[in-house]
Order: sequence, then structure tokens, then C-alpha cells
Amino acid sequence: MASDDELLLEINGLKTYFFLDQGIVKAVDGVDLTLKRGRTIGIVGESGCGKSITARSIIQIVDAPGRIVAGSIRYRRYDTRPDGSGTIVELDLAKLSPMGRQIRSIRGKEISMIFQEPMTSFSALYTIGNQIMENIVLHQKTTLREARQRTIELLRQVGISHPEQRVDEYPHQFSGGMRQRAMIAMAIACNPSLLIADEPTTALDVTTQAQILNLLRGMQKRLGMAIMLITHDLGVIAEMADDVAVMYLGRVVETADVDSIFHDPKHPYTQALLRSIPTVGRRARQRLDSIEGMVPDPFTRPSGCYFHPRCRFFMPGVCDEVTPASVLLSPGRTVSCHLYDGAARNG
Amino acid sequence: MVEGANDNVTLLDVRNLKMYFPIRKGFLRREVGYVRAVDGLNFSINFGETLSLVGESGCGKTTTGRCIVRAYEPTDGQILYRRTDDVVVDLAQLQGVALKPYRREIRMIFQDPYSSLNPRMNVLDIVGEPLRVNEKMSGQELEDCVASLLRQVGLRPEFMRRYPHAFSGGERQRIGIARCLALNPRLVVCDEAVSALDVSVRAQILNLLQDLQQQFHLTYLFIAHDLSVVQYVSDRVAVMYVGQLVEMADTDELYGNPRHPYTEALLSAVPKPDPRLRAEHIELPGEVADPAKPPSGCYFHPRCRYAEDRCSQEMPQLHDTGGGHLVACHRAEELSLHGIV
Repeated sequence: MASDDELLLEINGLKTYFFLDQGIVKAVDGVDLTLKRGRTIGIVGESGCGKSITARSIIQIVDAPGRIVAGSIRYRRYDTRPDGSGTIVELDLAKLSPMGRQIRSIRGKEISMIFQEPMTSFSALYTIGNQIMENIVLHQKTTLREARQRTIELLRQVGISHPEQRVDEYPHQFSGGMRQRAMIAMAIACNPSLLIADEPTTALDVTTQAQILNLLRGMQKRLGMAIMLITHDLGVIAEMADDVAVMYLGRVVETADVDSIFHDPKHPYTQALLRSIPTVGRRARQRLDSIEGMVPDPFTRPSGCYFHPRCRFFMPGVCDEVTPASVLLSPGRTVSCHLYDGAARNG
Repeated sequence: MVEGANDNVTLLDVRNLKMYFPIRKGFLRREVGYVRAVDGLNFSINFGETLSLVGESGCGKTTTGRCIVRAYEPTDGQILYRRTDDVVVDLAQLQGVALKPYRREIRMIFQDPYSSLNPRMNVLDIVGEPLRVNEKMSGQELEDCVASLLRQVGLRPEFMRRYPHAFSGGERQRIGIARCLALNPRLVVCDEAVSALDVSVRAQILNLLQDLQQQFHLTYLFIAHDLSVVQYVSDRVAVMYVGQLVEMADTDELYGNPRHPYTEALLSAVPKPDPRLRAEHIELPGEVADPAKPPSGCYFHPRCRYAEDRCSQEMPQLHDTGGGHLVACHRAEELSLHGIV
């Protein structure tokens, strides 16, 4: 297992529910995740599986009818004393008030986030420079002049040409790829220990996507931050992640290192996902192996294992009645499926 | 390819297609320039095949599709369409009522299943509208017809009184496909038909499109930016850059043996779903050229890593490098580029 030093964030039994008139939507329904310092964890799943809400729960920006109802998010932050020595302090982010001073000192500074839509995640009324500077001024003791210098330096680091002029431009003057670069500049302004990237390249072209992924990799190498990469694109995961968690309907069904996910998937859902993607290099015009049915609607979740109505290994009397527990197959490798109920005891 | 169809019969022949959008400025809205969205496009589609148009956003793929269904009136060029009675007509020249018979033969499937269905119409109205308008169907006959269409796309006919909001993204896309099939089209323009869908649903819709092609002898013009999907559905692939064709070839040939540096870079940029294949990508510097102010010579030369002096002066012509592999690059013959095996 990871030593304590490496451990950055540990999520246990996290539940985030949305209380709507039509009923309760269990967007995140008992998620367990472990994030290590300096590593990239990929979260994969189809839309509506709760990957974004899990990420938003970490920095407490879940929107109104939703709130965290159970679970813990233990974040281990370095607390540097004035004499330079550091200790690790553990903090449960799930217990903090979303408006409180403590979470605000973490959000955007130690844990920052990149959003999917580079078009809408900037305010149209302020210059790009202004919006990046706000983050610096808020979290660091600097003068405005220093913050502006730092902003220009950041824009240069993320590969924006002529940052001295670009810093005073508005978001509409930036293209999609450039806005995503500016977003990254904003997110790394305070050297975060965790960067959450929620579908950072979904709205971009493949060529721009390759640029942005390269940039993220370079920034990680330079700053040593951990990245939580949320995407539905298995290609991006294969390219970027060290560890992978597969989610289905608000639960993590499988976690493993990236090689095992792609070459030895255990959960039937992971296996089905991998079969259903057309891959470049496969012979043209083959029939794809699709997953039957569709993601159930959020108000009426199936009983037992959420995946059982679509699963080809469905065992009547077991899968539709008992919720599978997470089985530890080997260190860092878990799967929630009744097929492996015996595996843990044997191994 | 549809079995037994009369192969190599050209269904659609696009010649020198141009679509310019005026840029207007000032109080008098004077025209100060043009966005050359499609600038001299030549390609043809054979009966029963799937031709894919790929390229980055802003390269004119969608505009081409819209010109073919005549949602736009092309600035110049010909769109030669072979009718069922073997007469060839130029759709670009026709206007208004004269186009009506072709509107039922050339149909479109849209990208966004959320905005392409009217939320105030139920499924019966949506799928039945083309039948009501063109076939003057009504009542029980219409309902039966819609029910059989829904069954063909894998939806339950009982749901025909429901409104679009009650369906998921994949189901909505099926409704859009049913609407497209209602009038027995011959050519279907699929404009990013699966881009907005989830992985598992995308596979279902792609399979459905393949099945329908077999069943109804459809010809597809498949517009997409996802190269892995394109490889899976198409017989031939055409690569566009800033309103022009840069390369066109059979799918396997294009993927295995690209001749244009832009195609090579596009293929290299696709993330492969296998961590053991992590490799350095060819990173294209900069962004797609502005179609209102394209660079001199070859439009791709500012981003091309093989560019030489000639490339910034002369515009390369599309030429056959053997076996129907068309390339527009000065150095196509001397370069050896990497594809994907």
C-alpha cells in the first residue's frame, strides 16, 4: 500500500445526493477513491455516472439542491511552519462548510479545477489577465504589479504567444484551445497539490487536444502536482493516467493501474466499455460490440448491482438482490462484482 | 458496401463547389471580404458507399453537407446528382419548388439530439411530419407507418405519444434517424451523428446505421472529426483543411499510408486506447488558418513540418498518386509518412 507520505486524498463512502421535487437523485452513491501525490488518476464513465459530482464534492462546489450527505474526504496538506519544517495535517473536506474560510483557502490554491467548456468557464466581462490575477491576489501576499508579472509569466508557460498583449484581452478574443490554456494557467497559479481536470479536452479538436494533454503532462512534471482527470474518452485515459477508476451510476466499480484496466479488465462493465469503442487500427467496417440497453434514469436505480440489467454475466438471485462490496484483488486493485466474491478469500 | 448494389455508379458528383459567406462591416453593411468556408471542392460518392469528410472544426465539413442538402445556396460549382431514372441534375442550379423532389431523397441526421427535435412535438408528429407533408398521409395509416419506422430504429412504438424530453440522448438520435428514413432517402448526410453520444450508446447507433445501410441501400456522407469512428464506418475518407480537400483515399489506404502531412498529424493526434502504445504525437503548432485570410501557397504550410520555399508560394493541386489516392501536396511523392497499421 501507499506509504503515508504519498497519500494525498482519501475518499471514503462519499454520498452526494440531489434533493429534487421528483425525488432524490443519488448522483454519488458511496465512492471510495485514493489519490497519491504527483500521480494522475483517471476517472472514466458515461454521462450521468457521477464523475463530475465526485470532483465537485472534493472542493465543495456542488450546486444548490445537491449536498454531501455522508462519507469523508480526507485531505493531507503540508503545513509549513515559519522555521521551514513541515508536518502533514489531515483535514476532512466533506465536513467543511462550503462557504467557510478553510475551504476557500484550499479551493483554487491547493486544489484547483479545470472545467470542460472553455467557452463558458471564463467571465466575458473581465480580461483574461484580470481573472488569473484575482486568484493570485486572493491566495498570495503580492502587490498587483507583481501579480500581473506573474500572470504574464504563467501565460508564457502555458504557451500563449505575446502574453504581454494577450493578458489584457477578453475571453472572446481567444480561441477554444487558447482559452483552455489560459484556464490551465489560472489553475496552476498557486502551485496546487491537486489539479482536477473535468473533461478538459472534450470540446476541442484532436490536434488541439494533443497540445493540451502535452501541456498538462509538462506542467505536472514541472510542478509535481497530482491530477484527477475526468473523461469519457478511454483513449485520453490510456494516454495520461497512472491509475484508473471506472464509475457506473454513482459508484466506483473497478480501480486498477492503467495497464491492468486495458489489458486485464475485471468488471463486466469495464470489459464491455472496452469492447464498444472503435479503435484506430482495427480493420475497417467491423461490427461493434455494444452494451445492450442504456443508462437507467436517475430516479429509479436497479436493485442490487446497478449494472445487472445490462450485464452479460447476470446471476439471478444474486446480482439483482445483493449490492456487491468492493473486493481487494491486489494492492491498488479493487472490483465491485459478485463474480469476484470468492477471489478475495482465496487470495 | 451494399451487396449486389450497382457499384461504381456515381450517385453524387461535387465539382468545384464554393461557398463564401460575406463579411459585412459598418453602418451600410458593406461587404468587406468573404469567409471562404468551402473553396473549390471536388469529390464524388458512389451508390451504396460511405464517404467520410474529416478535418478540424472550421474546415468546412458541415458547410459542405449543408450545401449538398441545399440548406445553403452555393456560391459557385456543381452538385451533380443521379436520379433513380439515371438522369443527372445539378442541384446547385435549382431553386425553390424545383428542389422539392430531391429534398426527400437527400436527408440529414444532425449532431445534437437535444436541439434537433422540437420539444413541443411528440414523436408521432416529429417522425410523421415528412410523411404528412410529402405523402399526404394521416390517421391510422400515418400511425402504422410511424410505428414501423420506430421499430426499425429499435424504439418501442408505444412511446410515440411521448415528447422528446422523455428520451435519452441515444433514443433521441434514433428518433432523428427514423425521421430521416421516413421518405426512403437515397443519400443521407450524417453530420457528426454520433459525436454527442456516450461510448456504449455510440456503438449501438453506429451498428444501427450500418444495418440500415444494408437494408435500405443507403449512401452515406459521414461528416465527423473522430478518426476512430470514421475508420470504422467508411469505405473512403476525404480530409479537408480550410475549405479544400487535401487528401482522399480508400479507408485502409489512407490510415495505413497517408500522403499528406496534415493527415499524418491528425492520425498521430488520436489517443489510442492502449497504455502500451503511448508514443510521442506530432504536435501541430498554431491553429487552423482563418478562412477569411488564408495563407499564401499551400494553406497548411505555416503548420507543416515538411514545408519548403515552394509551399509558401504555389498552391498544390489535387492529383492522383496511384490507385485513386488523391493528394494535394507538393512533396507527396518524396515524403514517407507514418500511418496507423
